[in-house]
Formats: sequence, C-alpha cells, structure tokens
Amino acid sequence: MEITNQEFKHCHLLKVKGRVDSATAPQFSQALEKITNAGHYKIAIDMSGLDYMSSAGFRALLASQRVCKRYNRGELVLASVPDRIHEALELAGFTELFKTFDDPLKAVGNF
Amino acid sequence: MKIYAAQFEYLDEIREFVAGVARQGGFNDKEIYSLQLAADEAASNIIEHAYEGINDGLIRITCDMQGNEIVITMHDDGKSFNPSNVKQPNLKANLSERQIGGLGLYLMRKLMDKVQYESTPGEGNLLTMRKRRG
Repeated sequence: MEITNQEFKHCHLLKVKGRVDSATAPQFSQALEKITNAGHYKIAIDMSGLDYMSSAGFRALLASQRVCKRYNRGELVLASVPDRIHEALELAGFTELFKTFDDPLKAVGNF
Repeated sequence: MKIYAAQFEYLDEIREFVAGVARQGGFNDKEIYSLQLAADEAASNIIEHAYEGINDGLIRITCDMQGNEIVITMHDDGKSFNPSNVKQPNLKANLSERQIGGLGLYLMRKLMDKVQYESTPGEGNLLTMRKRRG
C-alpha cells in the first residue's frame, strides 16, 4: 500500500494505492491522523489506485470522518471509488456516511 | 489444507489461496472479490479475537470446490467463539452512533451463502463458509 498526500488551498487529497486490510490499515489511519492532528479536517481520498479494502479500512474511514465532522469543521469525502469497493461499502451501510465523487478534481472542488 | 500463522501479514496469502481455488472453480471476478473479502474478514477476526493478537496461534484453512459450491473452513485453537454474542451492526445509525464492531461477521454473512461456527471445548473453533457459483 502506498499513500501520498497533496495539500490544496482548501483541503488535503490523500491518494491510496494497493490494498487496505488489517495489516496495512494502521498505516492508513496514521496518514489520516497526521492530517487531522495538524488541524486540517477537509480531506478527499483518491481511491483510483485502490485494489482492495476490508472492514479494517472502513473502520479507519469512519474514525476519521467522526473527527472531521466534529463541530462541523470539515468532512472526509471519497473519489474514484472502484466498483468492488463501492459494493462492499454499500453492503456495510457506509455509502450514506461519505460523499463520493467520480474523480479527485471534483472531490477537491467540493471544498 | 494450508496452515498459517495467525498474523495479519498472511492475509495476502490467504486471499490468494481462496482466489486461486475460486478462479479454477469458475467464479467470476466479482464473486472472487467477495470470497477474498469474506476470507479476509474471517481470518482477521481469528487473529484479533480468537488469539487476541497473540503471535503464535495457527489457522488451518481448507478451500475446495464441492460441485459448483466453494467450501472454506478455518480452524483455530483460540478463545471459544459464540457468534450470537456479536451484536448485529445498526446500518441506520448515524455517524456518531455507528458501531465499529461486528462489521466483519456481518459482511461474511452477506457475502457467503452459509456461515457456520462450531466451538468444541478442547478442540477449538471451526468456521465453515459456503458459496454457490452464480
């Protein structure tokens, strides 16, 4: 799993490539926490390079969304969610918790 | 049968093992992804809960086609597991109330046709999951 973070004027764009499972989810969480610990709560996640995500990844997203949305200070949105991952998010009842965008530019534009 | 150390670093291999049997068995890509996810969730639960993260447990996994059905079994010698003790996640709860636990088991049940647990004192836990090819 590879994570890159790009800072925009109004938000952060986190690109995740590879697989997020119980082994790699802690790194994913850490990357999210690094952004919120620095006081930034507007995050877009580019999932175009994501091959796989288990509930460990979903939990990391949920935890981060809770932090971002607190006091209405921001939110976490998803971009370019692969079909398989979107189906799993739907199954888990998570799709209503996150705005999704077709591509990262639109997601960044949301902020 | 394959034996894996109960560590998250082996999840990749476990998913590959299941995918290989499923591919040979004629499952399509979407089904293969579902099977990998179910196996991952099951194994992760064993590692996290049965062995409570202790390093030297083992998971014995079989994965075979029985006709047009794939049968995956996972055996562990960890803490006795009773699935009725796991609360079903509330998918309608809002963000702050959404519960984090129970998601893995819930997904397994949604992705597979059948999920059964047998827990025998002294013999560990045996999980059997089945899915028919579409």
